[in-house]
Amino acid sequence: MTSINWFRFASPVSFFPLAQRLARWFALAAALLAAAGLWLGLGVAPTDATQGDAYRIIFIHVPAAWMSMFLYAVMAFWCAVSLAFNARLSAMMAQALAPTGALFTAIALWTGALWGRPAWGTYWAWDARMTSELILLFLYFGYMALRQAIDDPRRADRASAVLALVGVVNLPVIYFSVKWWNTLHQGASVSLTSAPKMAAIMLAAMLVMAFAAWFYAIAVTLTRVRAIILERERRAAWVGELAEAAR
Amino acid sequence: MNEFFAMGGYAFYVWGAYGVTALVLVAEAITVRARLKAAREAAREAEGGR
Repeated sequence: MTSINWFRFASPVSFFPLAQRLARWFALAAALLAAAGLWLGLGVAPTDATQGDAYRIIFIHVPAAWMSMFLYAVMAFWCAVSLAFNARLSAMMAQALAPTGALFTAIALWTGALWGRPAWGTYWAWDARMTSELILLFLYFGYMALRQAIDDPRRADRASAVLALVGVVNLPVIYFSVKWWNTLHQGASVSLTSAPKMAAIMLAAMLVMAFAAWFYAIAVTLTRVRAIILERERRAAWVGELAEAAR
Repeated sequence: MNEFFAMGGYAFYVWGAYGVTALVLVAEAITVRARLKAAREAAREAEGGR
């Protein structure tokens, strides 16, 4: 058999060691990028003319907000795959993504509140952007709670996948909320309207932090999915061997 | 250095945002590793009992 088996890594047994190798590299890359991003954002980028140093919250707020939506989209994708192909590993991927997605959503809300106070004079407002982001947090919580409530993991996979897929409608609402409604939250063009050179360094710091957040999420999700594989496939013969080998 | 930590008078907001973010991310990394370790030990015990 010489043809490539594209579904090789769809099986938990071959995916498990791959996930371990990948997680290590992504964790290292995330740490290096975070160090570079913090240096650029807190050290190199100059103070903003109108917002002072409070604007520096952008370097975590925007990457966290991006990740909160992106991780939900990835989670929903794996949910769709698990429903369509009845694939165990896809469901485990979705299961592993949810806590990290919820965490980034909480970080986006928290940093947004701490930025809103100096920028707008309030920690919170029920505007469309913030409310839809809060709903995203509740969708993550709902997904995790539903999983917890169902004992049979395969049934939990299906039920929570349906919930996650229904919740996808919230993603465009978050994204376009600043266009569709008159929100307190500013539009997509983040305050990079000052001198071009300043804008470039701020944008660079933000993008580096975004990649750090992305790689962190990959590393932590791959580690969590390995734990989930061991927890759920405990009775499979290969799990015991892996537990021994992959110290 | 003091000037850096003062963040132009926005120290509470800036460090509140960065500090809590760092704390929860580190906490998540630690708990995930602990979960993997526990799962590995449980799998090993299941192996031994077979």
